[in-house]
Amino acid sequence: MTDQNTSLSPLDLEAPEKPFLDANELVINMGPQHPATHGVLRVILRLDGEKVLGLECVIGYLHRGVEKIAEARTYTMFNPYVDRMDYVAAVSNGLGYCETVEKLLGVEAPPRAQYIRVILTELNRVASHQLWLGTHALDIGAITPLFYTFRDREEILKIFEKYCGARLTTHAFRIGGLQYEAYDGFENDVRKFVSFVAPKIDEYEELLTTNRIWLERTKGVGVISAKDAIALGVTGPVLRASGVKWDLRKAQPYANYKNFDFDIPTGQNGDTYDRYLVRMAEFRQSLRIIQQAVDGIPEGPIMAKVPKVMKPPVGEVYHSIEAPKGELGYFIVSDGSTQPYRIRVRPPSFVNLQALDVMCRGAMVADVIAVIGTLDIVLGEVDR
Amino acid sequence: MIASFKARYGSGIEALTHLGQNFIVVDQSLIPEILQILCHDEQFDYCVDVTAVHYPKREKQFDVIWVLYSFARNERIRVKTLIAENEAVATCSSIWPTANWLEREVFDMFGIKFDGHPDMKRILLPDGWKGHPLRKDYGILQQDNEWVQINLGIESGQ
Repeated sequence: MTDQNTSLSPLDLEAPEKPFLDANELVINMGPQHPATHGVLRVILRLDGEKVLGLECVIGYLHRGVEKIAEARTYTMFNPYVDRMDYVAAVSNGLGYCETVEKLLGVEAPPRAQYIRVILTELNRVASHQLWLGTHALDIGAITPLFYTFRDREEILKIFEKYCGARLTTHAFRIGGLQYEAYDGFENDVRKFVSFVAPKIDEYEELLTTNRIWLERTKGVGVISAKDAIALGVTGPVLRASGVKWDLRKAQPYANYKNFDFDIPTGQNGDTYDRYLVRMAEFRQSLRIIQQAVDGIPEGPIMAKVPKVMKPPVGEVYHSIEAPKGELGYFIVSDGSTQPYRIRVRPPSFVNLQALDVMCRGAMVADVIAVIGTLDIVLGEVDR
Repeated sequence: MIASFKARYGSGIEALTHLGQNFIVVDQSLIPEILQILCHDEQFDYCVDVTAVHYPKREKQFDVIWVLYSFARNERIRVKTLIAENEAVATCSSIWPTANWLEREVFDMFGIKFDGHPDMKRILLPDGWKGHPLRKDYGILQQDNEWVQINLGIESGQ
């Protein structure tokens, strides 16, 4: 563990550190069956004693060929598949996909649908961050936050279940808007949830933010500078914790995020602790957005006029949204038929995972666990 | 920016806009230079994605596409080039390290090689796999049966 006061100097992307002493380099394998890899991730570590000299990720264990499947489905049929990529943030995946196809078709979801979409997406961001916090803390050795966050995440899943019948792979949105009108008492449930969860977030913070063990395990661990983060294409809370104030919801607003008032929390040191603080702040910002959205839901239709048989005009489009993990992009090529010619998914977890090597160099073996946790990867999305 | 490119490279470059999104189609030989300029002079410091599309009926079968973003200008641009089967593209992983895995995925799925890439091997599929699944001639149910039988000890993965 590194001392609290010494932060690691920015790591050089090319040169691996020279081993100290004459110890032999040790190569050990971690995973793919390992509880702290959040799925099936295999990491090959090169070690000098306890110190990590470098590592290589072996991925693909969950590869299902989502992009290939897309080419054999119609636009509507492919919609539920996207939920299965980042399965803890299925609503965000759906939002990105629906908006991209809408762009191709030249339609826009009506305002009421936009508001409900934002509410559900932000609820999903809270749920995703809660799952991250619970498992990340568990990896590091704090078991209590897991129980707290799962208890509260349940309330979000209940709202999803009442809204569309599913808890995880929700398939909540349709191309052009929504299939389901908000159920009776939806606004009430959401308001109740916001006032219920706000003090709970303080509770999580009480457990961890000034906890001595938490500080020792996270401060100065897995540091990545803003320059390296940009070069490695890292996005989302990981990028913001390195001090880059960039959030697609503000930079290139989609849905109707420009109507809402919220801040982009950033960190300074780019270490595991700052990433934790950024995500804790994002909880509160998400709640702010939900509050504003639920107060402002307009009346009106929930579905735009979309042809029954969708044949987007020939062309290609790239559209991306700020998913809980970072920039989630869809690149769709249409050849004018009912099936997409090509769908490319730009997964935030996949790209962020690439930074693991840089972030772990010079750290201890136990820190690798902390860094995998702090990157907040979902292997379903890494492998697709 | 586009005007200066045009002045310098003439017909090797074509600028287009579709649905409000800008993209440039660049001749394959100009790719390393253009990407270099976009990153260092035009501030497109974030390489969002590298991907490809297969058109089997065309003479130059593949589109290789780079999606770039500039933090300073808050602008996106796509760069596209056409290449034929068995042709390689210059790697841009020395410009944007993030391209390392993205290019490996393109190689894995399409079999397009990137010249000068530090570690050009498969990323999602196993190393010994035959075929590149996102090519149009690769069937949706097709798989490398030999690999499955040898490595998994089962008759078929389906």
